[in-house]
Amino acid sequence: MNAPGAPMLAAKDFKSDTKPVWCPGCGDFSVLSAITKALAALGLKPENVAVVSGIGCSSRIPAYTSCYGFHGVHGRALPVATGLKAARPDLTVLVASGDGDGYSIGGNHFLHACRRNVDLTYIVMDNHVYGMTKGQPSPTTEPDWSSKLAPGGTGLKEFHPLVIALASGANFIARAYSGDPNGCAALIEQAVRHPGFSFIEVLSPCVTFRPEQREWKNMAHPAPVAPTDDPGRAARRLMTDDGFNIGVLYQGHRAPYRLGNVASQTVEALECQFRL
Amino acid sequence: MDAKPSVSVALAGSGGAGVMTAGNMLLEAAALAGYYGLMTRTSGPQIRGGEAAAMLRISTLPGDGQDDRFQVLAAIDWQNVGRFAAELPLGPQSLIIGDPARGEPPEAFTASGARYAPVPLKALAAEIPGAWPNMVAFGLLAGLIGLPLTVLEAAARKSMKKGLDAGIAAAQRGFAVAAQLQACPLQPPPAKAARWLITGNEAAGYGALRGGVRFVAAYPITPATELLEYLAPALAKVGGTLVQAEDELASINMALGASYGGVPSLTATSGPGLSLMIESLGLGVAAEIPVVVVDVMRTGPSTGIATKSEQADLGAALYGLHGDAPHVVVAPNSLADCLAATEWAVQLAESLQVPALVLSDQYLGQARGVVDVPPAANGSVKRTQAQGGEGFKRYALTPSGVSPMAIPGTPGATYTADGLEHNERGTPSSQSSDHLAQMDKRARKLAELDPGDAWASVEGDGDTALVTFGSCTAPAREAIARHGPGVKLVSLRLLAPAQPERLKRALAGVKRVLVLEQNHSGQFLRYLRAEYDLPGEVKSLRRPGPLPFRPAEIHAALGQWSRA
Repeated sequence: MNAPGAPMLAAKDFKSDTKPVWCPGCGDFSVLSAITKALAALGLKPENVAVVSGIGCSSRIPAYTSCYGFHGVHGRALPVATGLKAARPDLTVLVASGDGDGYSIGGNHFLHACRRNVDLTYIVMDNHVYGMTKGQPSPTTEPDWSSKLAPGGTGLKEFHPLVIALASGANFIARAYSGDPNGCAALIEQAVRHPGFSFIEVLSPCVTFRPEQREWKNMAHPAPVAPTDDPGRAARRLMTDDGFNIGVLYQGHRAPYRLGNVASQTVEALECQFRL
Repeated sequence: MDAKPSVSVALAGSGGAGVMTAGNMLLEAAALAGYYGLMTRTSGPQIRGGEAAAMLRISTLPGDGQDDRFQVLAAIDWQNVGRFAAELPLGPQSLIIGDPARGEPPEAFTASGARYAPVPLKALAAEIPGAWPNMVAFGLLAGLIGLPLTVLEAAARKSMKKGLDAGIAAAQRGFAVAAQLQACPLQPPPAKAARWLITGNEAAGYGALRGGVRFVAAYPITPATELLEYLAPALAKVGGTLVQAEDELASINMALGASYGGVPSLTATSGPGLSLMIESLGLGVAAEIPVVVVDVMRTGPSTGIATKSEQADLGAALYGLHGDAPHVVVAPNSLADCLAATEWAVQLAESLQVPALVLSDQYLGQARGVVDVPPAANGSVKRTQAQGGEGFKRYALTPSGVSPMAIPGTPGATYTADGLEHNERGTPSSQSSDHLAQMDKRARKLAELDPGDAWASVEGDGDTALVTFGSCTAPAREAIARHGPGVKLVSLRLLAPAQPERLKRALAGVKRVLVLEQNHSGQFLRYLRAEYDLPGEVKSLRRPGPLPFRPAEIHAALGQWSRA
């Protein structure tokens, strides 16, 4: 956080001058704005924030911020962020991903990040499609969505990331909509403040390969009830809602992963166990 | 029998018989008596309850190779121990000790012509309430090799948590029985000096800490697990952090993330895990993030023989990364060198901002030995850190190829580490000029590396050279000693980047090169052929794991050549 009295930075101070590769109308532009607004509202400095990602359209975000960024390999953003936060608990670490990167190739890390509860903010931009590779079905794609790779649809039931997060032990579960950058920013801000792992699924339309997602603006609506800390109740709500409830849907009280060992002896002192 | 400079004994039995406990105690006792010693191990695939053998060589000289054969094989029982016959070579001068109540020794052992001496280990133990046959065997073996009785008790005291009195009494009983058998005594121990008792995996772990590693990501895999288990409490004591990862894809990426954060990082694995890590090692190359991976090699391909040694990951370590991905590969060539080589790997990774692989193997990693106290640390090598400022270029095209690396938290130096090709500032770029410039820069870092004398162990002189690496070095050295003058040993420690000029100088005047390695396809030979000009006639001596090379077979190969 800024020292008391230091001038607050504006959202634009968290943007880089690198031009995004995204298509016009992509929901990820708004998510980028929401992230920068949240960071400004939190009173952070870019050098004390790291944005970590994998591969995909949404994973391009780090270089579009003025923060420290890490754009790694496909599916591995969460482990990178976990190592970074474990080594540097002083940093604010955000993780950006998409439905292919985060739920398919990186699915196992998602489960374990929820369970491990390291203090990370995980923002998944879900558009139900692989956009960077030009339109293949992802784990959240509807079973009847037809594409070149899956003509007639996959026939597979969609993956439910929020329910899986809850079952895996996630302690902060929210859904946001990119079409409401201020609301999205407020949720990100809340997630960063939450101690431990926080998960925000952002509905972020792909207007190129899923133009019908433009309709999401008429479907997203605030969750009608306040967040619960009862996982049983949360499970029922998540499994029965319409998929467009926006807001914090579950917030528990589990302690974050313990970090920060303090040296109690020198490296040389470890030699005594080998001495005869 | 005349006293020898080294004696090899093996203790075998089914799981739970305590052969490893007794073996470790014998090694400890020998160390307390002033000897050098080595214990390697073999075991069946069972999780618990499988057959196992502790293989010891107690010696007046330092070294970590096994001898040609064992002078004594003692078995608590013979259940499935015959499976180890190839790993426990005996000869007509050898002695087999077994408990007649547990059956006769298998034909696989007696066919060697070794004498059999039945000793009722179980009955002897039963005379002492609370004692176990393995402690009788411990005392018996100590007596046969001529250790003083006093060290038995001291060794037992160091390792036994309960049943100490019964254990000591049983060991004394075994020691007394040894007097009735033909001994295979050791020459007196060398002059007393400070020594360590350490495993290769512990040595690698400690070397990592000395090099400055303070973050470790861990996913268990045989035979690297003990390295990680050593580091878990040791790291905590020095203020570091170990995180258990969900898989090896995660462990390498956790290590990269921590290192990006400015903390020297490591993970350890074996072949299957290395395969999973390789994509992300390429990320470390492209984004120029220091990281160290210790590969404790085991028999492959695939799951292979998980508990046994082989030098067959060399090709994967050198050439497994996609794209042109210059990186560092070092190979410790002794148990003690697991410390120095890993420490060095950390220094190379940090100073060159590059992934460094350490190719250890099951033989070295799980071997426990008495070694001379390793030289003190030569100071940690810090990575070049950026101070930040206007126009900071994370991937600046410097003459050395090494660019200042900004650590998160540094104002005015933010950048994105990227596996995408990028320009000097780190901004993704698909331009050919940026690709070429960054490729040149990443190659230049390694081309500029001056490893000094550390690149290889070069010993002796002659017109024949024995070129090898890793755990083949000890038997090679012993074979050359037996052969006499005329053979030079070159054991490579720095496998990548290759050092063709240095090897050329080391092989000046050499007319014959024998290339020694423990794998089926001759990976090391093909690497040498690709990266170096080998003089004169070249022969390959190789076989896959798990059987370690014995000095006699290398000696024979050298001998055949001199006659030809």
